[in-house]
Amino acid sequence: MIGAPTITPPDAAMPRGKALRRGLAANPLLTVGGALVLLIVFVAIVAPLIVPFPGDAGTATHPFEVLKAPSAAHWFGTDNVGRDIFSRVLFGARVSPVIAIIVLVIACLVGIPLGVAAGFLGGRVDELIMRVTDVFLAFPPLLLALALAAVLPASLTSVTIAIAAVWWPWYVRLIRGQAASVAGRPYVEACRALGVSRMRIIFRHILPNSITPVLVQVSLDVGGVILTASALSFLGLGAQDPVPDWGLMVSSGQSYFTPDWWMVTFPGLAILLTAFAFNLLGDGLRDLLDPKRSFLP
Amino acid sequence: MTGLARLAISDLDVSFGSRQVVSIADLRLDRAEILGLAGESGSGKSMTTLAVLGLAHTVGATVSGSITLDGQELTGLPQESLRDFRGRRIAAIFQSPSTAFNPVYRVGSIVTKALRLHGATKSEASDRAAEAMRQVLLPPDLMRRYPSQLSGGQLQRVAIALAVALRAEVLLADEPTSALDVTVQAEVLDLLRDLRASIGMSILFISHDLAVVAELCDRVAVMREGLILEQGPASQVLSAPAHPYTAELLQSVPKLASTT
Amino acid sequence: MTAQPELTAGRDLTGTPPLLQISNLTVRFGPVLAVDGVSLDVAVGPFGLGLVGESGSGKSTIGRAILRLVRTSGGSIKFAGEDVGSLRGAALKAYRRRAQIVFQDPDNSLDPRMLIGATIAEVLRAHRVVPRTAITERVAALLAEAGLDPAFAQRYPHQLSGGQRQRVAIARALGVQPRLLVLDEPTSALDVRTQAHILKLVARLRSEHKLSYLLITHNFGVVSELCEQTAVLYLGKIAEIGDTKVLLRAAAHPYTVALRSAVPEVDLAGRRSRIVLPGDPPDAANPPSGCVFHPRCPLAVARCRTEVPVLRDAGPGHQVACHRAEDVLAGAEMPTRRRPPAIERPEAAASSELS
Repeated sequence: MIGAPTITPPDAAMPRGKALRRGLAANPLLTVGGALVLLIVFVAIVAPLIVPFPGDAGTATHPFEVLKAPSAAHWFGTDNVGRDIFSRVLFGARVSPVIAIIVLVIACLVGIPLGVAAGFLGGRVDELIMRVTDVFLAFPPLLLALALAAVLPASLTSVTIAIAAVWWPWYVRLIRGQAASVAGRPYVEACRALGVSRMRIIFRHILPNSITPVLVQVSLDVGGVILTASALSFLGLGAQDPVPDWGLMVSSGQSYFTPDWWMVTFPGLAILLTAFAFNLLGDGLRDLLDPKRSFLP
Repeated sequence: MTGLARLAISDLDVSFGSRQVVSIADLRLDRAEILGLAGESGSGKSMTTLAVLGLAHTVGATVSGSITLDGQELTGLPQESLRDFRGRRIAAIFQSPSTAFNPVYRVGSIVTKALRLHGATKSEASDRAAEAMRQVLLPPDLMRRYPSQLSGGQLQRVAIALAVALRAEVLLADEPTSALDVTVQAEVLDLLRDLRASIGMSILFISHDLAVVAELCDRVAVMREGLILEQGPASQVLSAPAHPYTAELLQSVPKLASTT
Repeated sequence: MTAQPELTAGRDLTGTPPLLQISNLTVRFGPVLAVDGVSLDVAVGPFGLGLVGESGSGKSTIGRAILRLVRTSGGSIKFAGEDVGSLRGAALKAYRRRAQIVFQDPDNSLDPRMLIGATIAEVLRAHRVVPRTAITERVAALLAEAGLDPAFAQRYPHQLSGGQRQRVAIARALGVQPRLLVLDEPTSALDVRTQAHILKLVARLRSEHKLSYLLITHNFGVVSELCEQTAVLYLGKIAEIGDTKVLLRAAAHPYTVALRSAVPEVDLAGRRSRIVLPGDPPDAANPPSGCVFHPRCPLAVARCRTEVPVLRDAGPGHQVACHRAEDVLAGAEMPTRRRPPAIERPEAAASSELS
């Protein structure tokens, strides 16, 4: 008769270090995106040490260097009060991406728990959370942020709060769908049948299995937040001179665009590069976290 | 087996790069015959189906060897020519009928579309579709329903109706009843037998369940890891299996208490 | 609902009260009555009760109701005399140590992001079955019992085959040392050799642990060797219940006969004729009047259309809900094989009572 011998297992899962390296090698998007993001972080950290004119990121003005085109002395040229744009752009890396990250962290801290609760608990909790979310989503995001920022004193903090307040509902909706779908899966039902506590189910099973789309969306949203902050700065809310916020630089440089294109272009390119870097990172992360495609579980 | 086999496979090799998944030296399906291909998951039976349909390349496999239909060689034919064969002369039904149909189309229109694709006029298509539905014992008014409104058994019969409407000569059935309830399975098997009798359809019936194969098939081939271990008349293979794997499969069938 | 005679099937002949007692269970999902007044007993182990039925019969729902995974709408479930439906909090968790379930779908019953060992350990931890230091050892022991090398603890579900995953699910359920195990179609998604292995495993566990189990399946063949008693369900109601061997040999309900006949067999003596039921399983939201089986029943008469048959005795420990049970037992003929329409005949041969 057919025996039931002890079955030998397949090869062990690859150790994490090797799996990570393999995953990176197979994933050029992640590698390039990751490298760029690291570069931006590096620049942000060392900016005060490497820029030629650190004072220009602050209150210094140079009336005799006004609107000079890019040259050996000023790689990106100077702005309307003579400040070195290169220095300001590099210092901007400490401002704009940081705003984006803070906004997104707040949006996640608010949105993810609400979304998971709505998806997993269902019923009236779900209804309540989603209707409140719907109300927020019904407002055009920029207008709502505008309204909030206008009420608060113009500063970076206000911009951060305003955008965060507008951003969290999207994550609620995003993760709620995932959480609901995971909550219905047989292994979650099995956990309930086995007597595993609800809290543990949420943190150990629902969250890890539904967070991937949110993580990817977050990295894609970095660019979006920076641009939204730029829009608000453009309208005079949020960052004020002399803060080297990229968006502010673009907006103040607008009127000088012809013929002095460099005031707008270089900060603009910085925004572009940052958004692009995080987009690549997001795409790469999505591929990496897909258990069917990657070497990582 | 007299004369030309309807479907003849010889020296068929299907590989993914250097990994060979199918290596069939010889497999024949005659007219009005039901040949059972018994094998478990990983045996290569599904890849064989894809190879016969000329679709192995869509999953990245390479095919070499010979597959002939009524003497005509299929391997090496360009895709445009193969499209005339697919559905029309060689039809296929698969395990999961609920995912085999595009959910936004009514089932009737799926059948008529297929007919029109192979050259029927609008009225011809509509008539033949209705006739095919009757032959699979489904009331023609089910044609107006969407796939989500039909049960698994009904959908599988619609899939068979497609083959019948197109007057396919060969039907490749890849685990068509594994996902169905036993009584529904019994009906579908019955239907396949009737089609063989009434229109002389040749059926390659692939299944991991040797009991189902025993019930339905005239001849049986047992497949494992890409190779055909033995083939012959069902009564012979199943009563006196030449290969221990076949014996193992036979022993795995749950036995009912003896009945009168 | 109609009062049912006292159930004799499922009861241990020694008089020991049953381990699980389901009385008049009703489960409703919106407009659909998934389970309609079902009463079953599962004796103290070793004992197996088969629950046979097709899609829509309510068998899986019953299994889930026993594990408190669905809300019941009526009737009661008692485990060792205790009402399961009213358990809360710690008592409910304690119940989850005594009754467990193995699901049908091995591909999705394990968290794909957790190591096998962690999945099993999670259960051990939740119930504090063993002290933390002993967990790894116990996981290895459970895997070995389910026929798997302990090294499987360091693997992920996607590295395992369907049969191996099902063994892990069984190992996990055994971790709490349950007295009752519900097996919901444990082999339907598996290859035939693997099916045989899993069923062998269940048989071994049954004798080693004196397990009671409820084996839910649509294939009669599966229950014949593992279950002393079997209940046949159709559209939420019990059609017939009794000793498995009796049901297989001398059933009293036409559906049981058809179900039995539908099981494929390697019958070399000659192709036996098989009963083919016309039509498809009915729509649960719109059940037929009278006996729910009557549209497909080859022996239906006028009474079947209007009167719901009550579960009544058909022999010792054998009950059936059919107006024509006597005729079935006497060997009434049931048509085998519908005549196929030839290619020229235009009229439909399908039953006109398709729901």
